[in-house]
Amino acid sequence: MFVRLVYESFRRQTQRKLLVAIAVTLGATVSTAMIGIALGIGDKISHELRTYGANLVVTPEEDNLDVQIGSVDLKPAGSGAYLDESALPKIKGIFWRNNIAAFTPELPVTVQVGGENVTLLGTYFSKSLKFGTDQFTTGARTTYPWWKVQGAWPGDDSQDVLVGEKLASRLGIQPGSQIEVNGALHRVSGILSAGRAEDDQIVAPLAVAQAIADKPGAIRKIFVSAVTKPEDAFARRNPDSLNPADRDRWYCSPYPQSIAYQLQEAIPHSRAEQIRQVAQNEGNVLSRITGLMLLITLAALFTSGLAVSAAMATAMFERRTEVGLMKALGAGHFSLSAIFITESVLLACIGGVVGFAGGALLTRALGRAIFGSSLSVPPVLLPVILAIAVAVTFGGSAVAIRRAVKYDPVLALRGEA
Amino acid sequence: MYFRMLRRAATLRKAQAASAIVAIVVGAAAATAMLNLYVDVQAKLRKEFRKFGANIVVEAKAGQSFTPETLGRIQSAIAGRGLAVPFAYTVARTEKDQPIVIAGVDFDLARRLNPWWSVTSWPNAANQALVGARAARLVSPGMRSFTLRYNGRDTRLAAVGTVRTGGGEDSRVYISLADFQQWTGLAPSVVEIAANGSARDVTSLLQQLQRTVPTADARAVRQITEGEANILGKTRSTLLSSSAFIVCTGALCVLATLMGWIVDRRRDFAIMKALGASDMLIAAFVVGEAAAMAVVGTVVGFAFGIGIAAWIGRVNFRAPVVPRFSVFPEVLIGALLVTMISTLLPLRLLRRIQPAMILRGE
Repeated sequence: MFVRLVYESFRRQTQRKLLVAIAVTLGATVSTAMIGIALGIGDKISHELRTYGANLVVTPEEDNLDVQIGSVDLKPAGSGAYLDESALPKIKGIFWRNNIAAFTPELPVTVQVGGENVTLLGTYFSKSLKFGTDQFTTGARTTYPWWKVQGAWPGDDSQDVLVGEKLASRLGIQPGSQIEVNGALHRVSGILSAGRAEDDQIVAPLAVAQAIADKPGAIRKIFVSAVTKPEDAFARRNPDSLNPADRDRWYCSPYPQSIAYQLQEAIPHSRAEQIRQVAQNEGNVLSRITGLMLLITLAALFTSGLAVSAAMATAMFERRTEVGLMKALGAGHFSLSAIFITESVLLACIGGVVGFAGGALLTRALGRAIFGSSLSVPPVLLPVILAIAVAVTFGGSAVAIRRAVKYDPVLALRGEA
Repeated sequence: MYFRMLRRAATLRKAQAASAIVAIVVGAAAATAMLNLYVDVQAKLRKEFRKFGANIVVEAKAGQSFTPETLGRIQSAIAGRGLAVPFAYTVARTEKDQPIVIAGVDFDLARRLNPWWSVTSWPNAANQALVGARAARLVSPGMRSFTLRYNGRDTRLAAVGTVRTGGGEDSRVYISLADFQQWTGLAPSVVEIAANGSARDVTSLLQQLQRTVPTADARAVRQITEGEANILGKTRSTLLSSSAFIVCTGALCVLATLMGWIVDRRRDFAIMKALGASDMLIAAFVVGEAAAMAVVGTVVGFAFGIGIAAWIGRVNFRAPVVPRFSVFPEVLIGALLVTMISTLLPLRLLRRIQPAMILRGE
């Protein structure tokens, strides 16, 4: 009897039920999409933040000072310590290896070009490296996405070089022409525009710089671009002063500090630290954007909750006569409430499931459109969305049901309520 | 008669009218909040992005420095559209005759330009120095005073604090511009500028600087400008699509609420018709009712929306979002449109049916 009542109610009032179901579905769709975005945006934005380039730098442990003003490196030749190029692939062996977006070694050497002292920067452009069975490609092209080359990028095994645009215009160099560096001729494969010191330098494959400096396998610095989590008070603790459990938690969080610590462990005789301009500010921007989306999500949940409640309440108010009739036929408060509550829970479940599916698709499409990779909604969200939907529809209909049940059937049937 | 009908409709069916208005309030609040946020958040985020430091660098030609007159021209070209900080650099020798880069800068400006510098204590008197974390180990272990030599002239500096950035700053010694000029006789050769505003504002300032100071070399710091454009663009799209979702839900819920209400009052309309009301009169009655609810709902919703936007601004950016009353007409027109559609549409459907059939409950 009870099941039949509910079934008939849905069968005979399809249109009205559809209207409410649409409201619930939409509410659930938007809630799912917004929660999906709020959960995923941190990850997406921290990948996008890699357009700012390296946020960590690894230098030799006993290194002395950089003596560089603008593009000119005044460090006396042969002074200072070096890192070993052969240790580079180990960067892909650290705990947070998957968070290392790219890294680039650097070896600056001072060379003579047309009687002028110029800094030649040896680096990787797009070098294939191997760690264990992992093959990966890294270098300046991925670490510094703002480097623009007019012409072609040099091969990492070639003798070709890039010339910074300011230096090139001073020397009258075009892509494809030759440049004499310390008496040896190199082909200029392209003109580099970087908007920084590199505009006045020559950028060459690492091996070329090592040959000029006569330091095989030497590098001066490694710039690492890592996906990190904004640092907090815990991140700033000294890992050596933590108890083992906290230390593990510190080590296994992708803070700039802990990734720097792991880099230092991987590369012998090195010191790794964050480049504060990038690391600090990206943490700040990231927490602002995720915070913003979180608050908007809260507002959206609240909005769709209230709107669905309102739609539900109107739908329930109109059923006074029905309630009156049932009461006149002898239905008690309990069985009446049970029918209406079952109806709203059913509506909530249907709307919730359909809305969840729609929201998941929407989030996916949105991630593709904005970030070029899909944002996924974790399936554990389904029960949460369902619970919210049930609570909201129930909340919306509760007042209306209570009032409907309290009506005098005579008044309700006469249409005077 | 018409107004009495409207008034009685609102007072007799308080609960229904209330829930319809709640739906409109919610929709209007959501639209207002999102419209307010969409514009303001970009300005707020740009302010956060300025903490990355300079996005334009003006450099004197190699080996030259800026005259006070050129610096003045740069300042007047910026005219409050950003923060310009002149830096002077040279290489001096330590007591052990090692080369070290010395920078002269106004500390107050440097602090505002580069808030990411981790500084233990800023100098505030003459002959005090801010020593880079790596330089400190070499020139001033234990933060003692040290002597530097430039061109045969010695200067004695008190190390008051260290600066740590992870970049080139760590290897330098910073002293005040006045001390620097007195000691070396050199003027600033680099001006770092944190220009405010959108990418277009920055480009136009850059072009203006290139025109005003043709002898110098003004460039955008592409690392900073491109990163900002990328992140801001993605955030804007995300915000825009979220706003669209939220506004759509609000509108559709108003639609569902009002439509349901109209359909359920078909008996009332049938009675009106049976008593001789024309279709026009009924439509006018319903439209008047909907418009009244839309206006009330929008006014209340607008206030709520501005509140929500201000709250989000305060919690997330520690600065309230400035209310934009100029969006009120847009929100009101939107609310009126949605309520019109959601009342007239079901009414049209009802009109086809004979009053007798509705009254008989068919």
